[in-house]
Amino acid sequence: MASGPPLIEFRDVRRYYGSGETLVKALDGVDFRIVDGEFLAVMGPSGSGKSTCMNILGCLDSPTQGHYLFRGIDIGRLTRDQRALLRRNYLGFVFQGFNLLKRTTALENVELPLVYRGMAPGQRRKRALAALRAVGLEGREHHTSAELSGGQQQRVAIARAIVTEPAILLADEPTGNLDSERSHEIMRLLTALNRENGLTVLVVTHEPDMAEYARRTLVFRDGHIASDEARVREAVP
Amino acid sequence: MIWSAVRLAWREIMNNLLRSGLTVLGIIIGVAAVIAMVTLGGGATAYVSNQISGLGSNLIIIFPATTNSTTGEVLPAPPFKPEDVHAIRTEVTSVSAVAGVVSRSVQAVYGNANRRTQVNGTDQGYEEVRDWQVVEGRSFSDAELRSGRGVCVLGASLRKDLFGAQSPLGEKIRLGQIPCEIIGVLEEKGASALGSDQDNFVLAPLELVQRRISGTRDVELIYASAKTEEARGRAINEITALLRERRHVRVGEPDDFTVRDQKELAEFATSTLGVLTGFLSAIAAISLLVGGIGIMNIMLVSVTERTREIGIRLAIGALERNVLMQFLIEAVLLSSLGGTIGILIGLAVAGAGASLLKMPFVLDPGIVAIAFLFSALVGIVFGYFPARRAAQLDPIEALRYE
Repeated sequence: MASGPPLIEFRDVRRYYGSGETLVKALDGVDFRIVDGEFLAVMGPSGSGKSTCMNILGCLDSPTQGHYLFRGIDIGRLTRDQRALLRRNYLGFVFQGFNLLKRTTALENVELPLVYRGMAPGQRRKRALAALRAVGLEGREHHTSAELSGGQQQRVAIARAIVTEPAILLADEPTGNLDSERSHEIMRLLTALNRENGLTVLVVTHEPDMAEYARRTLVFRDGHIASDEARVREAVP
Repeated sequence: MIWSAVRLAWREIMNNLLRSGLTVLGIIIGVAAVIAMVTLGGGATAYVSNQISGLGSNLIIIFPATTNSTTGEVLPAPPFKPEDVHAIRTEVTSVSAVAGVVSRSVQAVYGNANRRTQVNGTDQGYEEVRDWQVVEGRSFSDAELRSGRGVCVLGASLRKDLFGAQSPLGEKIRLGQIPCEIIGVLEEKGASALGSDQDNFVLAPLELVQRRISGTRDVELIYASAKTEEARGRAINEITALLRERRHVRVGEPDDFTVRDQKELAEFATSTLGVLTGFLSAIAAISLLVGGIGIMNIMLVSVTERTREIGIRLAIGALERNVLMQFLIEAVLLSSLGGTIGILIGLAVAGAGASLLKMPFVLDPGIVAIAFLFSALVGIVFGYFPARRAAQLDPIEALRYE
């Protein structure tokens, strides 16, 4: 894992919106690297650029200037469909609002990314069931989103994100819609996935006690990285 | 992947059953109308040609009127006289039988039973040219025809209505005011192309009908039968030449009468139906267009409603063409579902209509296939724009959409 280019590298990434008087510098020269197996928290006040950074990391947006290298490949040069393929094959997304499909069962939600990979139904089902087991949702496979609690919906979303065995899991405020107890459950689940499966995890959060779970914290302020600290203390409450 | 997209589209349609139903109503109505009319028209065409070919062997029909070929207006002309019939019979060698006819509607009365019917006054040869068989009793004798005696031959259904199981031979009925002795009964032919009862009539000597009912010596219609199929063309030419001479039509002037053979009649009848089919196709095209716009409209609504879903799909790795296909399949499924329902309704209506009009039900697999393909095509054409719109959504915006 140590050899070859890092998983993710931002080289002087800038993202500007608008022009002239209304020019907004959402990201104004950001450099960092993420290597395989890391557990990162990205923090910062709203408007600091962390969402923009997340969109670029997720290949949903492209830098105005600078380079985003994913395993050494410059994402800025890829077409829309190429970026979609990258998301399909290497990225897992977890959102604040869960974003499960309505009127669709947990199992079907988890199978969806595999459908786009063109996997055979039998194998798809097996993998989806395994992912649901991994997030502790055994027995809830055939519940639709409306029949699940917030914490359970977020677990389904995590299962959907990890079912493709992505290179990195990108979680945007995954605990933002959950109460404290559920939030800690979700963070413990992400920690377990990081430690036990070696899954690289990046969590955007504004709650310091959620960031505690990560081993490294990036703090954004005004489109810059204000601090990038590794957590010395390994023990997690 | 296609299969799961089809399943997904099906579920989406079923989740919005009322909306989907209303959306495809235009297509259902259009397709049903076309299928019903074309199937009925096909049955009518088959029946008309069948009936016309059953009119009698090598039948030639001559009537004293002409039809304007462009406007279809019937231009009347002076009627024929019995002498014209006689002249054709004696001078045209290529015909085997000739019959002049005068028809009047009369009340036929026997005892307490009575029925509205048609009396066809005719002379010798009618049975031969129209291919009718006398199945009971006998036909008219020459003496009866010459003298116009009160005798008649009954059509099968008139016989049934007035006499039931009883033998009518030798009985007397009244046709209007005229008493008539029944000397024969005709075979049964069933309903005609237009659904009327062909057996509800009575034959009587032409002389009798002219003298006692119509009150003139006019002959309204002449039937002739060519000796052979090959002789038909010659017979028509000879009849035309003879009648032009007898009616003093000058050289260069058009005929003031019409001579047709059964082939022309069949063509005439089916060409009318062809025009009808053309009109129907135009109506179909319009209703499919309107139906297609309905589908496009509802698909656009659906894309807007499902913006967030599209965002999720794009985020987890759907390509533009995956999303495009998904919505296109939904549109095609919707429209071809409408087409299928329309075809079934159309066939049901045609079946009911055919049995009501006593016509054959002729299923044309070609038109069914065309109707189905067209409705599917409508889905592709009108579903493409909304589907493309869905596929080109910005995933960030779509995920943020409430």
